[in-house]
Amino acid sequence: MSIQIDDTDRRILRHLLADPALPTAELAMRAGVTQATCWRRIDRLAEAGVISARQAVIDWRALGYAVEVSLRFTLDKTNPRAFDEFLAAAREVPEVIGIETFLGRVDVRLNIIARDMQHYQQLYRERILTLPHIADIEALMLIATIKDSGGLPL
Amino acid sequence: MIDLDDTDRAFLRDLARDGTLSAGELGRRHGLSQPAAWRRVKRLEDSGILAGQRILVDRPALGFGVTVFLGIKLATKGRVSLEDFERAVTAIPEVQVVQHVLGLFDYRLRVVARDIADFERVLRRRIMTLPGVGQVEANVLLTEEPRPGPLG
Repeated sequence: MSIQIDDTDRRILRHLLADPALPTAELAMRAGVTQATCWRRIDRLAEAGVISARQAVIDWRALGYAVEVSLRFTLDKTNPRAFDEFLAAAREVPEVIGIETFLGRVDVRLNIIARDMQHYQQLYRERILTLPHIADIEALMLIATIKDSGGLPL
Repeated sequence: MIDLDDTDRAFLRDLARDGTLSAGELGRRHGLSQPAAWRRVKRLEDSGILAGQRILVDRPALGFGVTVFLGIKLATKGRVSLEDFERAVTAIPEVQVVQHVLGLFDYRLRVVARDIADFERVLRRRIMTLPGVGQVEANVLLTEEPRPGPLG
């Protein structure tokens, strides 16, 4: 489904994505439209699927998961089922909080969290190294998130 | 850190899928009154576990057809160069995420662009000109799948 998106929609979306917690009144003011227009536009964007969801962000550190690692996999692509079987197995690991596939040197990235380094080591050995069709793994350990914005340069 | 019970975890699972759920609706789903559900949500917010909201959009419908992850290695190290790099990179509107990492690279960036040509423009004009930037590796995002995580 596709709808026409005009400058007013873009302005509302730009402010909404920059600060999703904004109350509609404040959002309308920043975007320079009336509250009624703002409501209507957001409803229309949601209905057309342009805004697909509004989700709560969970801070895993606050839940005791101090370690976050980005694991980058190269898969053995001589097996045509490699991607499907790897992804299906990765979905079974609860500590995997995100799965991404790529075109490039990296095939798949798993974002994995652990309570501490000992827990990470255990997950790595028992749940990660046992995933099927791995040709190579690289790990990037998260030190700090400097910027995390869903913003788009609209 | 606070202790969570099964109901708290169920609330987190539901809210991670749909952040617009009211305390009344959460209560109905899990057999609690609206005020009791509201108190639980408040406690999860106060403890920092519920850390705001994110809005998911159909990026291609808005004209952003390409998302690329960049691994960046700095050519020069030291506190000043990290600060200079971070200040400059966070100011680029096409850069959504900047993470300081340990490993093969120093930083991970998530970059959005209209198409591959637009990405090349961002890469050449904005990224390669950042202070201290060294080796850069790009991987084009094909699919992304957020997972619920260890919430029981």
